[in-house]
Amino acid sequence: MGDINRAMAEQYRNDFLKEVEANVEEGQWVKMCMQCGVCSGSCPLGPAWEHPPQEIFMMIRAGRRDEVLKSESMWMCTSCYNCIVRCPRELPITHIMHGLANYAHRLGLAPKMNPTRRFAKKFWNNLAKSGRVNEIELSVGLYFMDGFKTGIARAWAMKDIGIGMLKAKRLNPFGFLTHKGCKDKKGIHKMLKKAREIEDRRKGFTA
Amino acid sequence: MADMKIGAYVCQGCGLGERLDTKALALVAQKEGKAHVVREHEFLCNGQGVAMIQKDIDEGVNRVVIAACSRRAKTEAFGFEGVAISRVNLREQVIWAQPATDEARELTQEMAADYVRMGCAEAKKIVAPTPNAEHGTDKRVLVVGGGISGMTAALEAARAGYDVLLVEKTGVLGGYMAKLHKRVPHQEPFADPQATDIEGLVASVSQDPHITVYLNSTTTRTSGAPGRFSVDITTESGQTATENVGAIVMASGFTPYDATKLPELGYGKSRNVVDQAGLEDLARAAAAQGEPMRRPSDGKEIKSVVFVQCAGQRDATGTHLKYCSGHCCNTSMKQAMYFKEQNPSIDTAIIYTDLRTPGNGEDFYRSAQRKGVIFTKGTVASVDEDGSGSATVRFHDLILDDKTATMQGVDLVVLATGLVPNSGVNIDIPPDAADVDPAKASEHAVSVLNLTYRQGPDLPQLKYGFTDSHFICFPYETRRTGIYATGPVRRPMDITQAVEDATGAALKAIQAVENASLGRAAHPRSGDLSFPTFRREGCTQCKRCTVECPFGAIDEDEQRYPQFNESRCRRCGTCMGACPVRVISFENYSVDSVGSQIKAIDVPDEFSEKPRILLLACENDAYPALDMAGVAGHTSSAFIRTVPVRCLGSVNMIWITDALNSGYDGVMLMGCRHGDEYQCHFVKGSELASYRMSKIDDTLKNLNLEKDRVRALEVAIADIGKVPALINDYAAKIKEIGMSPFKGF
Ligand code: SF4
Ligand code: SF4
Ligand code: SF4
Repeated sequence: MGDINRAMAEQYRNDFLKEVEANVEEGQWVKMCMQCGVCSGSCPLGPAWEHPPQEIFMMIRAGRRDEVLKSESMWMCTSCYNCIVRCPRELPITHIMHGLANYAHRLGLAPKMNPTRRFAKKFWNNLAKSGRVNEIELSVGLYFMDGFKTGIARAWAMKDIGIGMLKAKRLNPFGFLTHKGCKDKKGIHKMLKKAREIEDRRKGFTA
Repeated sequence: MADMKIGAYVCQGCGLGERLDTKALALVAQKEGKAHVVREHEFLCNGQGVAMIQKDIDEGVNRVVIAACSRRAKTEAFGFEGVAISRVNLREQVIWAQPATDEARELTQEMAADYVRMGCAEAKKIVAPTPNAEHGTDKRVLVVGGGISGMTAALEAARAGYDVLLVEKTGVLGGYMAKLHKRVPHQEPFADPQATDIEGLVASVSQDPHITVYLNSTTTRTSGAPGRFSVDITTESGQTATENVGAIVMASGFTPYDATKLPELGYGKSRNVVDQAGLEDLARAAAAQGEPMRRPSDGKEIKSVVFVQCAGQRDATGTHLKYCSGHCCNTSMKQAMYFKEQNPSIDTAIIYTDLRTPGNGEDFYRSAQRKGVIFTKGTVASVDEDGSGSATVRFHDLILDDKTATMQGVDLVVLATGLVPNSGVNIDIPPDAADVDPAKASEHAVSVLNLTYRQGPDLPQLKYGFTDSHFICFPYETRRTGIYATGPVRRPMDITQAVEDATGAALKAIQAVENASLGRAAHPRSGDLSFPTFRREGCTQCKRCTVECPFGAIDEDEQRYPQFNESRCRRCGTCMGACPVRVISFENYSVDSVGSQIKAIDVPDEFSEKPRILLLACENDAYPALDMAGVAGHTSSAFIRTVPVRCLGSVNMIWITDALNSGYDGVMLMGCRHGDEYQCHFVKGSELASYRMSKIDDTLKNLNLEKDRVRALEVAIADIGKVPALINDYAAKIKEIGMSPFKGF
């Protein structure tokens, strides 16, 4: 069977739904959606999504694996929790969105250049390194992730806020040097490794 | 009547004493109204006031005029037995409807005086009604149909102590429900299909000493009226038993919509496309053998099932059923669960446009989702089988707006085709009509009841072939008194609803037999003893009454005169309004009793600038609205004189011509809405009135009067704020066109 034909045959089969149930955080809730559209209507970023949550859930049921996992949509979620509050079926929509994003990322299907994904990655690496976020390193790293010139331009655009934060003692300009991290860095690393192992085992990733 | 003795009583309570000169009113009753006894009382509805009236009655007063509050108030206090009572509404529609100012005093008093004149005039023309003599006292209940609705109605009536005859066309009780593998749950937690327990129900019916069951039988002739129906029950082999019953419950059920009309959905082309009934057959057969369900075409294992909702239903094109059958969404969920029970890994998809889950269906829906039944919002375009037995379902996915959505390799497709009521013959279609709609089974149907009524052999249908007369206001009440439709023949419904419905119908039937045995009306003028009679010598045999009676109460006798069946009558007076020679009347309501009121008022001359407007108000909606407007403190024109009528259908055109001839400047009619969304308590009354009113222009032309001298309006009981405005608008219109030229003739 050719790829297209197999894709056709798999349409509206439960395979992808079952995959989501098994591997995506809170994925077992997807089948409970009653397609009312309240989530999509409640999302403050709704109009900016290519596929708002209601549609994502339908696409999962329709077996559109690639389309869902390669989508930028779940990455749009800002965790405002509006949808969760309003969903008549009490689906943990926010969590499912992040779960899908994470799953797509782990599979290597998530859009590479998606800014949210890139930020999240930076954030995680920064945090995991010392057990505590190094703010100045994180923000500078973020500004300069697309090269020196754009970095300068971005930093310049944000300078007023930066100065304001300095004045209010909300930003340590010497953080590069003085950042300490937490006491037991080794312990943290061990813990994260273990957690990762458990997750991988559960979701069937071979690390 | 020689021994007529009128007592007129004017109340001074509730502010009447302050706002009105009651002494003057008493004088009007005495001098103009010719009342024999006239009394004022400071608080007429208290024990003393009532005792005073009762004493006069004991001493010979037989017509009582109570000039106090609305006829709708204090009905118990003023419910004197054995005398004719005329209520003069001085409170709600005079003092409360007029401003309490000195300037308004004169007009308010004139209004009150006219109403007293009208009350006395009415009292002269009415007598206390007595029960009709033709009433029957049979209290047995006939139930037609042995399905869940019929069996429930039979059991409920039997448990209430009434004997029941249950007639079933087939050889077994149970109806459609007996063909189900399981039913949609009706008990907590509404999560799984439940056993129908139909055997238990059949057993209780068969064992009930109050219930006689006729199997393989139909009702081949039904005549009579509530309390005295005579029914021929004929068996398949042709033997007929004639039974007398007091009321009838028609529970003739439904037929699944014919799925062969849906070839585009593969029915008839592939054995793997079934309707919901077909799936129940599969499930039952499999369960009987302790086997899993298999693909009908080749017995292969089933791995994927698709349910197509609204197959041939809610069809806007007019080809198929226009309505929603109410049970099919829950039914498909139940059937999907059959497969999940068989093997949770079977893919089950329900393609729906709107999921409608009445009752506790929402819990059931969630349960289905939890079990992994997949719901897809879409409209199915086609189902094709590839010859190997597996089908392709093409549909428009309405959420993803994918017009070419496809499900392939489907082993079984189930069509939710809905139900068609077994209503019998549509009596509104002439028997020899050529253009009947072949899509509607009901238009080719055989009669269920075989009524000998002049109006046709079955019950009138309301909409889409269902047998009812108003889905919301009076369920079960068909337009044939004493015959109640219940279950899916009445409106689309599921088992749980049918059980409730049938219980209601049984109670209705009991009400009917009890009221009939006392010779009084059951609905909606419950307890009314009056009934129409006609003066034979005057009748021209025009048949208008027999045709226009909305309830088929009037047959024709051998000499072609109308033959009233009082027990079938709802006392609407439509026949009285119809009769061109005015020979139909009730003891307490007649062309004369209303006509005399209209003519009793004092008409000021042309130059007085005091017009008079007659308002004929339907006593079911418009009149209460007027009362409540008064209660709410809305004032309106003092030139109005209101006469309540039983229904606008009872308005005889002579009242309008008489009013105009005797110097009224305008006539208003207020009745209930008619047409498709009708609200008339007598179904067709206001419609007939509007038809008659459409001819009023000719009358006005003959009288050389302006068109606006008559105005008909639709009013609902909640239009409390609206009625005063309608009155004032009309009063302004009359002022504009000027006084009637007919004053003083
Ligand atoms: S609000 Fe909840 S039930 Fe409605 S579409 Fe969104 S997830 Fe589904
Ligand atoms: S028209 Fe009304 S009052 Fe007259 S016979 Fe029929 S039901 Fe009775
Ligand atoms: S409408 Fe009047 S005249 Fe005509 S048949 Fe009936 S009773 Fe007789």
